[in-house]
Amino acid sequence: MSDIFLQNYWWFLIALLGGLLVFLMFVQGANLHLGNRTLSDLQKRMILNSTGRKWELTFTTLVTFGGAFFASFPLFYSTSFGGAYWVWVLILLSFVFQAVSYEFQNKKENLIGSKAFRVFLMINGILAPLLIGTAVGTFFTGSDFTVNKVAITDPTAPVISTWGNGWHGLEALVNYHALLLGCSLMFLTSILGALYILNNVDDNAIQAQMRRTVKMSLVPFLAFFLSWLLILLVRPGFAADEDGIISMEKFKYLHNFLQMPAVLVMFLLGVLLVLWGIFKGAFQQSRSGIWPAGIGTVLVVMAVFFIAGYNGTAYYPSCTDLQSSLTIRNSSSSQFTLQVMFWVSLLIPFVVAYIAYAWHQMDRKKITPEEIADTKHKY
Amino acid sequence: MDVIAWSRIQFAMTAAYHWLFVPLTLGLALVMAVMETIYVIKKDDFWKKTAQYWMKLFAINFAVGIATGIILEFEFGTNWSNYSWFVGDMFGAPLAIEGILAFFMEATFFAVMFFGWDRVSKRFHLVSTWLTGIGATISAFWILVANGWMQNPVGTTFNPETVRSEMASAQAFWEVVSNPVAISKFFHAITSGWVTGGVFVVGISCWYLLKKRQRKFARASILIGSIVGIVGSFAVMLSGDASGVHAAEFQPMKLAAAEGLQDGGRRASFTIVPGIKIPGMLSILATHNINGYVPGINDILNGYTDNEGNEIPSVAEKMAMGREALIALSIYRSTDDPSEKAEARYALEENVQYMGYGHLEKPEDVIPPVGVVFWAFRFMIGLGMLLLLELLVIGWLAWKDKLAGKRWLMIAAIVCIPLVYICGQAGWIVAEVGRQPWTIQGLLPVNVAISSLSAGAVKTTFFVFLAIFTLFLVIEIRILIGAIKKGPETPKE
Ligand code: HDD
Ligand code: HEM
Ligand code: HEM
Repeated sequence: MSDIFLQNYWWFLIALLGGLLVFLMFVQGANLHLGNRTLSDLQKRMILNSTGRKWELTFTTLVTFGGAFFASFPLFYSTSFGGAYWVWVLILLSFVFQAVSYEFQNKKENLIGSKAFRVFLMINGILAPLLIGTAVGTFFTGSDFTVNKVAITDPTAPVISTWGNGWHGLEALVNYHALLLGCSLMFLTSILGALYILNNVDDNAIQAQMRRTVKMSLVPFLAFFLSWLLILLVRPGFAADEDGIISMEKFKYLHNFLQMPAVLVMFLLGVLLVLWGIFKGAFQQSRSGIWPAGIGTVLVVMAVFFIAGYNGTAYYPSCTDLQSSLTIRNSSSSQFTLQVMFWVSLLIPFVVAYIAYAWHQMDRKKITPEEIADTKHKY
Repeated sequence: MDVIAWSRIQFAMTAAYHWLFVPLTLGLALVMAVMETIYVIKKDDFWKKTAQYWMKLFAINFAVGIATGIILEFEFGTNWSNYSWFVGDMFGAPLAIEGILAFFMEATFFAVMFFGWDRVSKRFHLVSTWLTGIGATISAFWILVANGWMQNPVGTTFNPETVRSEMASAQAFWEVVSNPVAISKFFHAITSGWVTGGVFVVGISCWYLLKKRQRKFARASILIGSIVGIVGSFAVMLSGDASGVHAAEFQPMKLAAAEGLQDGGRRASFTIVPGIKIPGMLSILATHNINGYVPGINDILNGYTDNEGNEIPSVAEKMAMGREALIALSIYRSTDDPSEKAEARYALEENVQYMGYGHLEKPEDVIPPVGVVFWAFRFMIGLGMLLLLELLVIGWLAWKDKLAGKRWLMIAAIVCIPLVYICGQAGWIVAEVGRQPWTIQGLLPVNVAISSLSAGAVKTTFFVFLAIFTLFLVIEIRILIGAIKKGPETPKE
């Protein structure tokens, strides 16, 4: 297996994990609705118990996304995590609070009250998509860092990747183009969350509420997403030539779409699927909108990653020093590591299969008010 | 304090918190899987209720384990940026495999185990309970492969083109996975989790006996708990012995520190506590040969001849060679002249095995904090013996059904719960503090493993994490106590 094949293959897997992660963030989106005043406490607990059976999948996908990035493109791991420190720390913190909130929120010994833990879940519902989206947004806008591998021989300043400013990543929040992607993601996850609850919970009032939510989130989602896309298509991009020399190219991302028609088709198909899912949820009496919307989300996110990394593009560009920009060629692990990991990745379909099986077994029975009132094992 | 110190403290604190929750997860998983198996075989509802009770405690503990784990994983990137690039090739792989193979298994089947009682068949539920525990165990394996590699970095070579340690061949991966240090660590860490689970179950059950509540439940739990704990204790001794041998072989300085051994030699004696020694015992423990040579701290500093007859250079010599390697590397990276490049490459390859030493300031830097390691080692072993004794006595009495009225024994069993935690923490202190100043033994000292952050930034996150984890720990303990007071749903008697 050649280096180039393996690097491309691993970028594909990173994109796939990213896509699955965004889809599974329906958990975060659904938790946003815990703040909805029209829902009773019982109804909120139904939502909690519904996402409570899935949050670990989302969380584990995030963990695996991180691990896979570390294994396949370690220079990204070291540059971005060590550099955009505050953004990643905030993302992690929001997930840390989420991880304990389900288990703790309904216990009377929980010291700070149920309300606090539900607020943590909502904070996670806002921050996770907003910050992750913004971080991915910087794949197209560039960040402020330099990479100098010889630094390791200098005892006074041995660090290879250095960030140029003291904000350590927070500056992305005033980068309007990156932020647009963050906002799109926030409304998208809110829609996905509503569609998921619609599918998983048997309660008429909740369902009506969720259909309303889908409708309400649709407009801001489209507004943010389309403006992000429009700007992306007209902005200059970071191109890498055969020798890895980076330069600015006008309309680079538009070119990427046109030069990789398969990606363009994938992207458009994904967008249509998302819209179809939304339509089913908002305007028809269907409960299965989550499936087309979910698959569509995976396709769109993957296409976005492909546009960022394939076709001679620097996926983690540096505005400070163009030649420090990361490409899938210059930031990857060695061929042998990628190869070993290739074999391991063949197990992924098996993992997906048992998850699907367990999911199916568990969700044949939907969540009902009676269950929340009667069973012991619940959140 | 500088950013290096804060990064170390932050990592150590996160890891130590993580290890408060992990061993109980590993141990309870086994205990409750055994109980549910008995339920499925005997079809006796009593065992179902018993298993469900321990599962409830498991779930409370599990959540915090996960919360601390994710911080740990990303801290490699956020706080050990250079490290992540330097060894990402090798270190990322086990982490990714852990995610793919283990964490998904744990996450998926935990949900089935916890919520699936009325949704899936009895058989599928039992399988899910086992898979939750097996997932946790597989996860431990891969993370310990990663950690074992840091203690004994096999299978990689330094590549000056990319400036990192790379896997040199696909077989190298096998070397990494079958690293003897990783294997002994895996068994030691897993079975120390079983000891933790056993001691925990026995201690809580004794509390019920003390309160004269739930006697049948308590006795049944004590039996299962003590068996798991006793098996774990013996396995911990065997694997601990192997760990000691490996430390002697691959990290002699760690062993010297753990023994407080200034000057080594043949027939080295083992110090039980300062002043009490068993002659020849250390040689036996470290090399399985009474005439084996065990170097002390000064021998390592000044150079010595090891048991295979290899001349080990002094630390000062290693540092000189390491500096040569670093200079050669920087020439290699900056020159365009082919002959100069070839010369630099040659000089680099001659000295590369000591490149890590080139970053040290003075030879004494290779000595870890001896007192800490020495005492942590003694706490681990001493308490480990005590716990085994406790499990044997209580297990035996429970078997004979003669526990009634032995108040002091019940109290002792409860006191043992915090002790087993101290034991496990002490173990990690031996392993991790004992390998200072290296993040990766001989290759990368801590001062070049870091990220370029200000000390203030890391100090801030340290206190934030500390506050959050402590809050979670306090809440967890309160909720556990609440659940314990409430008790299982087995018939009261
Ligand atoms: C010997 C066992 C062991 C050791 C040494 C470690 N862990 Fe751990 N970890 C576990 C055993 C474990 C576990 C028992 O499998 C946990 C505890 C709760 C859980 O869900 O899995 C876990 C959870 C856990 C999670 C959450 C996984 C999820 O999504 O469910 C992460 C990200 C990590 N760990 C990462 C780490 C890192 C980066 C470590 C080292 C620096 C580390 N762990 C040491
Ligand atoms: C979960 C149990 C663990 C505990 C309690 C633990 C404990 C510690 C301690 C006390 C330190 C600080 C040493 C010092 O700076 O003086 C440390 C550092 C470190 N440990 Fe561990 N450790 C654990 C697991 C691991 C594992 C499994 C890995 C690797 C996979 C690891 C990697 C590191 C690294 C990278 C550092 C920072 C660099 C250093 O100071 O050496 N640790 N750990
Ligand atoms: C006779 C008993 C024991 C011996 C000889 C022993 C030996 C050792 C040694 C030599 C290490 C250091 C390994 C390294 O350098 O990497 C170690 C680490 C450790 N010990 Fe023990 N130990 C014993 C009992 C226990 C007990 C009872 C527990 C807990 C219940 C425990 C928990 C640990 C842990 C968690 C570690 C760190 C993980 C590792 O390095 O494997 N040990 N032990």
